[in-house]
Amino acid sequence: MSHEPLTQELPPHMRPEKSFQGLILALQRFWADKGCVILQPYDMEVGAGTFHPATTLRALGPKPWRAAYVQPSRRPKDGRYGENPNRFQHYYQFQVILKPNPPNLQELYLESLAAIGIDTRLHDIRFVEDDWESPTLGASGLGWECWCDGMEVSQFTYFQYVAGIECFPVSGELTYGLERLAMYLQGVDNGYELNFNGREGAEKVTYGDVFKQAEEEYSRHNFEHADTVMLKRHFEDAERECRMLLEAGTPDPKSNDQRHKMVLPAYDQCIKASHRFNLLDARGVISVPERQSYILRVRELAKACGAAWLETEAGGKAA
Amino acid sequence: MPELLLELFSEEIPARMQRKAADDLLRLVTDALVAAGLHYEGAKAFSTPRRLALTVTGIPAHSAPTREERKGPKVGAPEQAVQGFLRSAGLASLDEAKIQSDPKKGDFYVAVIEKHGRHTTDILAEAIPAIIRSFPWPKSMHWGSGRLHWVRPLQSILCTFGPETEDPEIVRFEVDGIASSNETRGHRFLAPDVFTVRRFEDYAEKLEKAKVVLDPERRKDIILHDARDRALALGLELVEDEGLLDEVAGLVEWPVVLTGTFEENFLEIPPEVIRATIRANQKCFVLRKPGTTDLANRFVLVSNIEARDGGVAIAAGNGRVIRARLSDAKFFYDTDRKETLESRLPKFEQIVFHEKLGTQAERIERIASLAAAIAPLVGADVAEAQEAARLAKLDLVTEMVGEFPELQGLMGRYYAAAEGKAPAVAAAIEEHYKPQGPGDRVPTIPVSIAVALADKLDTLTGFWTIDEKPTGSKDPFALRRAALGVIRIVLENGPRLRLKALSSRHATMLGRNDSVSNAIADELIAFFHDRLKVQLRDSGARHDLVDAVLAAGSEGAAQDDLLDIVRRVEALGAFLATDDGKNLLAGTRRAANILKAEEKGGERFDGAVDSALLVEPEEQALAAAISDALPAAEAAVANENYAGAMAALAGLRAPVDAFFEKVLVNADDAAVRVNRLRLLAAIRSATRAVADFSKIGG
Repeated sequence: MSHEPLTQELPPHMRPEKSFQGLILALQRFWADKGCVILQPYDMEVGAGTFHPATTLRALGPKPWRAAYVQPSRRPKDGRYGENPNRFQHYYQFQVILKPNPPNLQELYLESLAAIGIDTRLHDIRFVEDDWESPTLGASGLGWECWCDGMEVSQFTYFQYVAGIECFPVSGELTYGLERLAMYLQGVDNGYELNFNGREGAEKVTYGDVFKQAEEEYSRHNFEHADTVMLKRHFEDAERECRMLLEAGTPDPKSNDQRHKMVLPAYDQCIKASHRFNLLDARGVISVPERQSYILRVRELAKACGAAWLETEAGGKAA
Repeated sequence: MPELLLELFSEEIPARMQRKAADDLLRLVTDALVAAGLHYEGAKAFSTPRRLALTVTGIPAHSAPTREERKGPKVGAPEQAVQGFLRSAGLASLDEAKIQSDPKKGDFYVAVIEKHGRHTTDILAEAIPAIIRSFPWPKSMHWGSGRLHWVRPLQSILCTFGPETEDPEIVRFEVDGIASSNETRGHRFLAPDVFTVRRFEDYAEKLEKAKVVLDPERRKDIILHDARDRALALGLELVEDEGLLDEVAGLVEWPVVLTGTFEENFLEIPPEVIRATIRANQKCFVLRKPGTTDLANRFVLVSNIEARDGGVAIAAGNGRVIRARLSDAKFFYDTDRKETLESRLPKFEQIVFHEKLGTQAERIERIASLAAAIAPLVGADVAEAQEAARLAKLDLVTEMVGEFPELQGLMGRYYAAAEGKAPAVAAAIEEHYKPQGPGDRVPTIPVSIAVALADKLDTLTGFWTIDEKPTGSKDPFALRRAALGVIRIVLENGPRLRLKALSSRHATMLGRNDSVSNAIADELIAFFHDRLKVQLRDSGARHDLVDAVLAAGSEGAAQDDLLDIVRRVEALGAFLATDDGKNLLAGTRRAANILKAEEKGGERFDGAVDSALLVEPEEQALAAAISDALPAAEAAVANENYAGAMAALAGLRAPVDAFFEKVLVNADDAAVRVNRLRLLAAIRSATRAVADFSKIGG
């Protein structure tokens, strides 16, 4: 099908191909129109949009769910002190989750590309095999990298397992790499030169204006100064807290209400442990066998949270 | 005769799975037809990124009726047997069975099971859904709220059946809510509308109009020819790449070949790196200047659409991505060369090779020691072999190899050469991984040979010491490949190596005591013998002679000298192809069989032949021939003159034949008889100087 760009009625500075925020707004409008709950970013440090409980936990259980949100994602190891124009330790993902996936999810995805100004009669869109896996979340799915003229602009996944639990119904997950997409749309090769607010001249704010200093500072933190003794302690604290909360939220066998009472706070601790691990990894203090054991420990937390989620109302458990 | 058309239309199927899926579909459907008694004339399957299609021609419209008689129990048999018979034959009572009389066995029941012929459409409507539900995808998934598993969501099924002259009918069935129809769609972007089709010819034609080239071979052909033409037009040559061509043909339904450009200064990067970058990340081809290995700053991409602007935007977009990738590669290349390879060694102290085999640094030191031991045996300079072994793995921690693991070794070579290392050392860094598989070339430079052998023997000995040997189909550390690599390096270069001493010494380095090391080395040599047989079999040589040669009793014969074993096998094979060889083999077997029968009681006939008891001229002649041949054969073997050893044995053929013709072993005189049996034993032991003939197959 041919998707004509739908962006012409917008003022220039609001257009997705002219401004970074315009791109985010266009995607939000598009998916809001498709019935998604438009959420705000989760208020914790995560490595990817998938970690947001609106994806990880909501992908589990029988209840339908549609949500879209921007998620700032932190990958401490990807820091380059602001010197590499393509790699950041902090970047944005636009995340969409639809449970169950509608049968026309590919068409919806292509329509969303049209909505941000990508004309599929002019650009070569391809679905290239790429199976997704998150060892820390015990999650995996089948799908594709979506290419636009040879550039990977999104990840498209049908979740098969999350937190070690087989997904039914299956959620479709779309992840747009916003910086890359914006670079493509704006025709810039350097991420820091992205036009953030769509204005020109003195009013123009670039991505670099907003984030370059942060990239430099966080790179120093991630690679040189983060206190590894403290991080290890925090990892263990989070691990303990997660288990304690899951235990405390387990219903009394004599109670009438057999639902779990405290999954979300426990899952926060799982997220926390995961990020502490990522920081330790960036600091280079984790050996190869240790690395595997850390991943396994986070996965055990994720699995315990996933299993408990199914015992909650949102997870589909009746009172 | 009627034909079947089946299309399974889905979301994008991974390129690497398409070909096998088409083959599987063809096999499963035609097997089901044959199982239902339907024979067909021809079948062909096709695949694109979004569809598997199958046409089967010349299928009858009905299956033939069948009649089967099933024999039951005797009349008057116990009730249990009767009930079992009725159940298995599908009869309600014995009234439905016939009684047959047999003059010997008496009367018994017979069930006559008659099946009417069935409509082929009914058979297909039953078989195809079952095939879809259990299709052997290497990896499949479910989606939405459905329960069907497919490689990616299955969207529609087209299935028609009918004769050429009429409109075929739809074979009606439903799989997980998807009802079969006579409808499909064209290209995702160029012709997305639904259309109906009748039979295969009509289908392929309409697809072509809807911008889908159904046949993957034709897509490959179009891509290859257009790419060559494009290259030619630019005054360049396409760097052909069969694997990439296959993959790209599986990523498009309507191939459109375009070219793009990158900056000339990227050509400073090694060509292999440029190619790996462009191939792995962008699935594009590279071009070279005609008649050279120099790449041009151009690439060929295969688009899936005919774009409104003729592909300008697509080529520009791909060019931007390739430039970004090449910038990364150039950055890696420049960064990597800021430090020497050697300076990276300490990093390997932190990397565990295997928890029971220590760190990579320890492994590197072991390989270096072994390479130094092997070097003089293969004509390599010891210091160079040792240096190359110490450098060989160090590129594993470079940025470039981190990004493109397939460039391991090659980058080490570039970096070592840039540091001014000796050419043989730099070459050995690349070549020590070789041969990677049966099609890969074998290193020929002495330093490379030393390091390649050391690397493989370290791996083999190492995993043998911790008892991680390949079993059945499991060989996670690729030990069979390592052994085969050693065999090919030895056979193709001809060094004389005593593998047992080398691996036993190496096991000692791995901390095993002498007797354990010795035992490990023996086991490893047995493994080499097995792999040698496989290698000889695969190259069409007489692998069945390996055991015969290995069992030969001569003292000088080395069991761990692969080249020597193969030479003996070759000489024996050549001998056995002659008349003398064939007859001597037959005679020796005859002698061995007689001895086997006589030795059953435990008696042995290995004693010396008493010449005083030799009566007949033929037995005297044989005894004389043996006493000539045995020392001659032994001496020839000791000199590794295997053809000479065979010639010595050939001298036995006539006397052996004459002996069996004229002399009766079972003489009346017991002493003469024993003496003749000893003569037979002497034949056996004479041939054993070269090979144990009883181990020769065939």
